[in-house]
Amino acid sequence: MTTTDIKKEILDILEVIAPDEDLTNLDDAVNFRDQLELDSMDFLDIVMELRKRHRVQVPEDDYIQLASMNSTVAFLEPLMKDIVKA
Amino acid sequence: MLSCILSGPLRSRLASFLSFSHQPSNPMPKDFLKHARDRYDVVVIGSGLAGLTSANILARQGRSVLLLEQHYKLGGMATWFKRPGGHIFDISLHGFPFGMVKSCRRYWSQEIADSIVQLDGVRFDNPMFSMWTSFTREDFTNQLIEKFGLAEEKVTAFFDKARSMNFYDDQAMTTRELFDEFFPGREDVIRLLMEPITYANGSTLEDPAISYGIVFSNFMSKGVFTFQGGTDKLIHQMEAELKKSGVDIAIKCDATKINIAGEKVVSVEIDAKGATHTILCDAVVSNANIRQTIFDLVGEEKFDRGFIDDAKAVRLNNSSTQVYMALQEDERLDVKELGDLLFSSTAPTFETEALLSRDITSRTFSFYYPKTRPHAPPRCLIVSSTNANYHDWADLPEDEYAASKKDLCETTLDALDKYVPNIRERVVHVEASTPRSFKHYTHHPSGASFGTKFEGLAVSRALPQQITGLYHAGSVGIIMSGWLGAMNYGVIVANEVDSQLMNNNSRSTGDVERSIVDDVAAS
Ligand SMILES: Cc1cc2nc3c(=O)[nH]c(=O)nc-3n(C[C@H](O)[C@H](O)[C@H](O)COP(=O)(O)OP(=O)(O)OC[C@H]3O[C@@H](n4cnc5c(N)ncnc54)[C@H](O)[C@@H]3O)c2cc1C
Repeated sequence: MTTTDIKKEILDILEVIAPDEDLTNLDDAVNFRDQLELDSMDFLDIVMELRKRHRVQVPEDDYIQLASMNSTVAFLEPLMKDIVKA
Repeated sequence: MLSCILSGPLRSRLASFLSFSHQPSNPMPKDFLKHARDRYDVVVIGSGLAGLTSANILARQGRSVLLLEQHYKLGGMATWFKRPGGHIFDISLHGFPFGMVKSCRRYWSQEIADSIVQLDGVRFDNPMFSMWTSFTREDFTNQLIEKFGLAEEKVTAFFDKARSMNFYDDQAMTTRELFDEFFPGREDVIRLLMEPITYANGSTLEDPAISYGIVFSNFMSKGVFTFQGGTDKLIHQMEAELKKSGVDIAIKCDATKINIAGEKVVSVEIDAKGATHTILCDAVVSNANIRQTIFDLVGEEKFDRGFIDDAKAVRLNNSSTQVYMALQEDERLDVKELGDLLFSSTAPTFETEALLSRDITSRTFSFYYPKTRPHAPPRCLIVSSTNANYHDWADLPEDEYAASKKDLCETTLDALDKYVPNIRERVVHVEASTPRSFKHYTHHPSGASFGTKFEGLAVSRALPQQITGLYHAGSVGIIMSGWLGAMNYGVIVANEVDSQLMNNNSRSTGDVERSIVDDVAAS
């Protein structure tokens, strides 16, 4: 997966988790929490979706890496680069 | 067990309702695990809201899951019972926070979330104040300023502080100290802010302020909500979802032992009423009480000494009594007059010990109107709840126990008459439950209604470090109790189990993985 694919995938997961949120104007550099109404359960949901969809493990200590789109993609890139896009 | 006979004219009308045996009798022993497999990725022990939610999430993550419940009904404390005449009593559906909408939608279904509705009115009535509230931050703020004469900055500062509290904050500060910091000498304010939480989870002024802060900002911010259609509808919908997710469900199956080999969970022994079974598994999520999980299901010899010392120090939360009252078919109550929830007390001040005492001065009344079950024949019911100590009821000889339950019914009707005049003439069915009843139906030691005190959470969290594959999810540590707390804790634990199973390369996810590879290859 390219970084563009990963970003698309994260947006797709966010759409499932936060269906009431408008994601069109999301700023990739700004923390999700400052733009969306997400709580810690939502971040857990992202972690579970990643594991379910791609068997990617995000260790608990790395949950903070999921703060913004940019940091998430940077964190996931090495873990997901070999995944073949479905 | 739950019955309580009234004196006077009601007695004969009630007599036929009072045997508590709505369990269908089984002349032939039946093996409730006949169709189960030999092995599952996860066995979930107990079908309280935490167990149900864990099971659902794990199955959705692709794990094979067996859900065991010793009772004949799913739901644990989230339960109900029926009485002739179309009366359905809910046990723990007094109200929950708004957060349930999101959790139900995410971890169950949109359909389940769609049944959640806000209560119309919540009331307090005690010697210090009488008032209605929508149970929102805005309303509490306004009333604290206008009725209680507090400065707006103080109130805002208090709410902000409560909201900012989290699990990692200082645990030494007690709830009493938190109140004293903001509202010194204001016992009336403490009562307003504390009484509902004490009823919701058994916590007291002596418990850590953070447990109060976390629950308070959840509960007293956006109103109180309920499930339209009743607990029966919720649990039946959840059961259907579980089946859709592929969970195998077995009722009347009592887990008696979790077997450990090489510091790892290997299997669960089950008494399935007609037969005993040993089911192999890689992980167990125990929704049984944390103490029972450690001491009865596993055995203390399997853990480190230090851990066992901590586990022994975990205090159980209090239990409850309830009185269930059904009004005659054509009797109607008015929600505008009574509200849905009434925190009533005749005690001059708010005191934890008084709330637990058998000499009851404080009761929470839940009024149920036809709106609770819009598709059922219209009925009005009232459930009165109090917090209670198990030991006050545990050792009563049977005749004294029966008399105490009768007294509980009588004194409750007396107290209710102030709000519902002539209640004795209007009621067709009255019965009571006690800490013994709660213990009987859920197996919680001492009939604990809300799990354990704060320290239980750390012990629950530490289980998998002691034994690989051993998890507990269920009301614990004050924060993780109530419908929402239990559900969310079920999700948190399910995530950990799923993660551990992936690291172990559990077989069935291997299958999922293979099938994904096959799909990709074929396309
Ligand atoms: C009177 C009362 C009123 C309440 N009111 C409210 C309210 O209005 N709002 C709210 O949010 N919360 C309320 N609560 C609290 C709430 O109901 C509980 O916190 C929550 O339902 C507990 O869920 P749980 O997952 O911890 O499991 P529990 O409901 O405790 O269930 C545990 C389950 O495990 C089963 N089990 C135990 N041992 C075994 C075994 N060895 N093998 C198989 N099965 C086993 C039990 O039979 C039970 O079904 C109330 C509680 C009580 C008692």
